[in-house]
Amino acid sequence: MRATRVIKLTAVYALLFAGGAITVLPFVWMALTSLQPRRAAIASPLDLLDSESWSLGNYEFILTFPELPIVRMALNSVFVTLCVVLFQLAICSLAAYAFARLRFRGRDALFILVTLTMMVPTVVMIVPLFITVERMGLLDTYAGLIFPYPYLSTAFGIFLLRQHFMSIPRSLDEAAELDGCSKLRILWHVILPSSRPALATLAAFGFIWTWTEFYWPLLATSTREMRTLEVGLSMFKESYGGTNWPIQMAAAVIVLLPALAFFLALQKYFVKGVVQSGLKG
Amino acid sequence: MKTARPMSVAGYLFVGPAMLYLGVFTLLPMVVAAYLSVHRWHLLKPDRPFVGWDNYRRLLEDPFFVNAIRNTVVFTALSVPLGIAIALAAAVLLNRGLPGIRVFRTIFYVPSVCSQVALSMIWIWVTLPHVGFVNWLVGSANALLGTSFATDVNYLQRFPMISVVLLFIWNGLGPRMVIFLAGLQNIPETLYEAARVDGASGWQRFRYVTLPLLMPTTFFIVVTTTIAALQIFTPIYVMTQGGPNRATDVVVFHIYKEAWHKFHIGQASAMSYVLFSIILTISLLQFWAMKRRSDMIAESA
Repeated sequence: MRATRVIKLTAVYALLFAGGAITVLPFVWMALTSLQPRRAAIASPLDLLDSESWSLGNYEFILTFPELPIVRMALNSVFVTLCVVLFQLAICSLAAYAFARLRFRGRDALFILVTLTMMVPTVVMIVPLFITVERMGLLDTYAGLIFPYPYLSTAFGIFLLRQHFMSIPRSLDEAAELDGCSKLRILWHVILPSSRPALATLAAFGFIWTWTEFYWPLLATSTREMRTLEVGLSMFKESYGGTNWPIQMAAAVIVLLPALAFFLALQKYFVKGVVQSGLKG
Repeated sequence: MKTARPMSVAGYLFVGPAMLYLGVFTLLPMVVAAYLSVHRWHLLKPDRPFVGWDNYRRLLEDPFFVNAIRNTVVFTALSVPLGIAIALAAAVLLNRGLPGIRVFRTIFYVPSVCSQVALSMIWIWVTLPHVGFVNWLVGSANALLGTSFATDVNYLQRFPMISVVLLFIWNGLGPRMVIFLAGLQNIPETLYEAARVDGASGWQRFRYVTLPLLMPTTFFIVVTTTIAALQIFTPIYVMTQGGPNRATDVVVFHIYKEAWHKFHIGQASAMSYVLFSIILTISLLQFWAMKRRSDMIAESA
């Protein structure tokens, strides 16, 4: 009995290590490649391990590359992501509060409508959105980049927050109501402070979805100065990277690092969010 | 009922912004797309006549669109079962209180927060002939085992569809795995104990306790993964551009080219609606199948 347990444990760890290696090794490979000198002829992959040839020259080259203002693009990504996440947090908490706590005619029908919008594929919306944004003269502007596209599904946000708001004891808001608080104050002072994990989850997913979005920023921007990091990376690959893999991998590292740091700092919310999004039982 | 009125007004005020947003940026585009799809609408030509079903009729006669549909179906049929099986396997392995298990959970989640453009670039680089990581592994194996497998294989060119499938699975593993983990943790331990008392083996416990009780979770993952797979775009754009020889030209990428290379907005909108109908039909069928199945289980119980 003991022996089979040991064998089983060994098998579990062996599988985990194999899976972990498959996941991690490509990233290690990327990082090692990025440290190689530009235009280095990589004869054997073992060359990558030679620490004497390592340098940060590629990073310096990319960060100061005049053709592709990557710092500006990174700032665009940060700005767009912040705006999208804050905007979605605001409209989703307002709506989720109403769906969880307030009574009004047509509430349930509206909520069903909201969940149905989750079924609409973004591909159906993207062509008309482009036409609309073009008509409004908002192409290649921050407004056109930020508002029209549901990077972060509004329906998902409402769903997740409503679920959480409903688990907060009603006695809390009733006490505040007796003190003469308005609905908005109850939401701000009672509901939201006790929903920090849910809000953090929504923000965490919103950050990643917006940060990594490719299709809409590709269409909605046309000048280099308005591109986001994700689109910039693909442009870099097509126009300047060529077969210069050390440079390409360094550019990929620059794009991946912020998201990775963000994830490692907030990873518990990624796990919680998935679990809370209506999947219990 | 003096309190009922302000209550109801407050409700509308609170849902207002979100409803307005969804209305303007989700429902309105759907209406506009429907309008565009029945017009011959060239982005650069001012004349945009109504053509009725003509755009849709022409789609059926377009061998490249049919090819794109076929590629999308193949891609989905490969990536959904495989992606779900791997996510379930990872969840089962991680669903034990073993030391160090959280590190693996973190590692398996990482590709899901990564830029698809960057992941695609990594994929191209590791599968290159000679210098790529995969070919280097093959070469090392050759040296070690005395075999002589080719090390000049361009895996992306040789297996374009499989490449995109594997990238999709790699990129999407995290959330699927975590949802499965949540599902597994909801299964009461007493059921496993009862099965053990009845002499069920490990596999039997998985087959007759875990899988059936995991059905609602699995169902959710099947639906969401299918919808995601049908809309695959970025890896195709970066890695293959639909090639080689249209082997990975999936519907969303085909729509992209129709709209932004040829400027056939009407035609592209008709294609979008065809894809939307497919997604809707599949979701409804899956809901129906799920309901039927749970009805059957309820009857037999």
